[in-house]
Amino acid sequence: MKVEAKPKELAVEKKTTTGADVFIRSLVDADVDTVFGYPGGAVLPIYDALYRANAPFQHILCRHEQGLIHAAEGYARVTGKPGVVIATSGPGATNLITGITDAMMDSLPVVIFTGQVGTGVIGTDAFQEADIIGITTPITKYNYQVTDLKQLPRIVKEAFHIASTGRPGPVVVDIPKNISQEITVDEFDTAFHLPGYQPTVKPNPLQIRKLADALSRSERPLLLAGAGVLFADAAKELKVFAEKYQLPVTTTLLGLGSFPGTNELSLGMAGMHGTYTANMAIYECDLLINIGARFDDRLTGAIKHFAPNAKVAHIDIDPAEIGKNIKTKIPVVGDAKEALKQLLDVNAKITNHDEWLQSLNSKKEDYPLWYDRSEELISPQWLIEQVYEVSNGEAIVTTDVGQHQMWAAQFYKFDSPDKWVTSGGLGTMGFGFPAAIGAQLGRPDELVVSIVGDGGFQMTLQELSVIKERNLPVKVIIINNEALGMVRQWQEKFYEERYSESLLTENPDFIKLAESYGVKGVRVDKEENVPRVLEDVFSYDGPVVVDCRVVKRECVFPMVAPGAGNHEMIGVTK
Amino acid sequence: MKRIITATVQNRSGVLNRVTGMMVKRQFNIESISVGPSETEGISKMTFVVEVSDDQKLEQLTKQLNKQIDVLKVTDITDKAIVARELALIKVGSSSQNRAEIQGVITPFRASVIDVSKDSLIIQVTGNPEKIDALIDLLRPYGIKELTRTGVTAFQRGRQPENVQEMNALIF
Ligand SMILES: Cc1ncc(C[n+]2csc(CCOP(=O)(O)OP(=O)(O)O)c2C)c(N)n1
Ligand SMILES: [Mg+2]
Repeated sequence: MKVEAKPKELAVEKKTTTGADVFIRSLVDADVDTVFGYPGGAVLPIYDALYRANAPFQHILCRHEQGLIHAAEGYARVTGKPGVVIATSGPGATNLITGITDAMMDSLPVVIFTGQVGTGVIGTDAFQEADIIGITTPITKYNYQVTDLKQLPRIVKEAFHIASTGRPGPVVVDIPKNISQEITVDEFDTAFHLPGYQPTVKPNPLQIRKLADALSRSERPLLLAGAGVLFADAAKELKVFAEKYQLPVTTTLLGLGSFPGTNELSLGMAGMHGTYTANMAIYECDLLINIGARFDDRLTGAIKHFAPNAKVAHIDIDPAEIGKNIKTKIPVVGDAKEALKQLLDVNAKITNHDEWLQSLNSKKEDYPLWYDRSEELISPQWLIEQVYEVSNGEAIVTTDVGQHQMWAAQFYKFDSPDKWVTSGGLGTMGFGFPAAIGAQLGRPDELVVSIVGDGGFQMTLQELSVIKERNLPVKVIIINNEALGMVRQWQEKFYEERYSESLLTENPDFIKLAESYGVKGVRVDKEENVPRVLEDVFSYDGPVVVDCRVVKRECVFPMVAPGAGNHEMIGVTK
Repeated sequence: MKRIITATVQNRSGVLNRVTGMMVKRQFNIESISVGPSETEGISKMTFVVEVSDDQKLEQLTKQLNKQIDVLKVTDITDKAIVARELALIKVGSSSQNRAEIQGVITPFRASVIDVSKDSLIIQVTGNPEKIDALIDLLRPYGIKELTRTGVTAFQRGRQPENVQEMNALIF
């Protein structure tokens, strides 16, 4: 007999409640609306409970566990809510490792549930047993193995809390099969107390004062905005703050969108492929206010040349990031939004630094991002500009890793937050397409464009099944340069053009490939056709794969060569 | 520089692995670790002796320890007035001829013989690491067959005098 499901009531009869039912209920209690999962032996009880429960969340069956975890990351990145993953024990769980590491590096809230062999055989190398706790300890914010069903609901609740508060990150919950099979009528206590985990949200007002004082004395101040601004939902406050004090703003790769890219005060992205102006601003500034960035080496270049003239202030919710790579004069531990609000309340003296702004503006004019526009063939940078134009700059853009990623970062001017989804810290090829699936599911009404390379797309393209099955209108733009372009670029510049294993001469026919999945495929290889094709593709109600044949020899410029300082960029001008 | 750092931690499974894994991954040089229950049920105390290159590294270490979800409190007690103790068991070759001689060597260290066989002795000694090092050096000529040390465990003293440097010089 099927019980009529009231909202949030599950169709499970009390006397046959299993651990798996308890688990499904815990997900509902956590307000989960989407689960990315793949079944297997150790999670069969969970999938059976799912089948019986008529749960009020959707389950997305990606075709590889790597697809699950990147989709969950994409979902988390654009919604701010934790992405949820279920995978089976052993190979199911180990297939998630790349994505868990990626989420850890880029601070994405993801809660991962893995099946495990029964507690009675753990440690005996049982069929499909993997020590997922041991494996994921260095790549998770926290992890649990459930050894007592009574604790399961509390652990699930804790896992969501840990993943999504403080500095977000992935949390793994490993559930042995006998726990999810166990029959129970118990009521559960979900109250938890984590005395060792109390993230500091409100910054110390004394530190805010110090920062305000430094600001009122600075002649060449600069803001550096990272993803911390996005996680704290502080883009609005950042804009008010920057405009009030007329502070130029540069962002990290992951911080794109935290400050409007078209704003007068924006210098664009900094770092290895950042703008010349942004990198010189870091070199010349006398006060660098870092908000929620972790001074990654791709941003800093050679440390000894990084912001050599600046007093460094660093606002971060994770105290361990402050002073880790760069000596910091004014540490501020706290949430970016709280810190910015307090800074705005302090009302520091507004100083005139017109000269500084003028010098930056003339750099912007004299040394803009540039590229060679080919006459007939498609220049990849120009193509990104077209994507920007045709989507009115309003798309959610996910990327893979490589040249196309850097061009997307450079030429798509993100004006609003949470529309940029890319793998920064780990640089994971195969990320972009499944991440777009998660992003589209999280924000169903938005245009989601996935800009991928011909190399990286081939790492996770099996997820074409999912966009077909769910009719997700993701637009995949393959920047097809018949190469592992970024590798090719480094070989050209630093290995005397010895193109070792970086040319993809035998790519599949991406159109036929898409069509075999039932997805529309389009090829474009002439500049003149690009605007029309993009218009058609973006207005098409359904998924499309666009194979864009671009100039193969293009390189990403400007560039800070490995080992060089940010002020020593190459390829600044034609 | 050598530092003694203590951490009180929640006794959840995997906590030791998490903490030591972090230290290995971030290239902190651990000389010794000792772990055991504390006065409060469910809470353990860890004592680390680490070698760090500079203050920045040291700050990173305490921050990374504090960041662990199960870690409740981290204290660098190196510059405090502390008592630090380690236990060592040392098996030395010995015959009836030199047994008395060895006894003479270990007595000033307040070490004791806890096992005797035809050709060996097991000596137990407790104290600060330097004292143990010294005893081991003295016993070496007799042939050390086996040696095990627990690693340092340490406490802050009840009273913290003004000048602690001198006092701690005795420890390292
Ligand atoms: C999983 C993985 N393997 C290898 C690399 C190294 N890598 C970085 S960029 C790149 C080339 C990517 O080629 P493609 O996807 O075609 O993008 P393009 O650079 O041509 O735009 C490679 C191999 C990586 N980042 N990730
Ligand atoms: Mg390519």
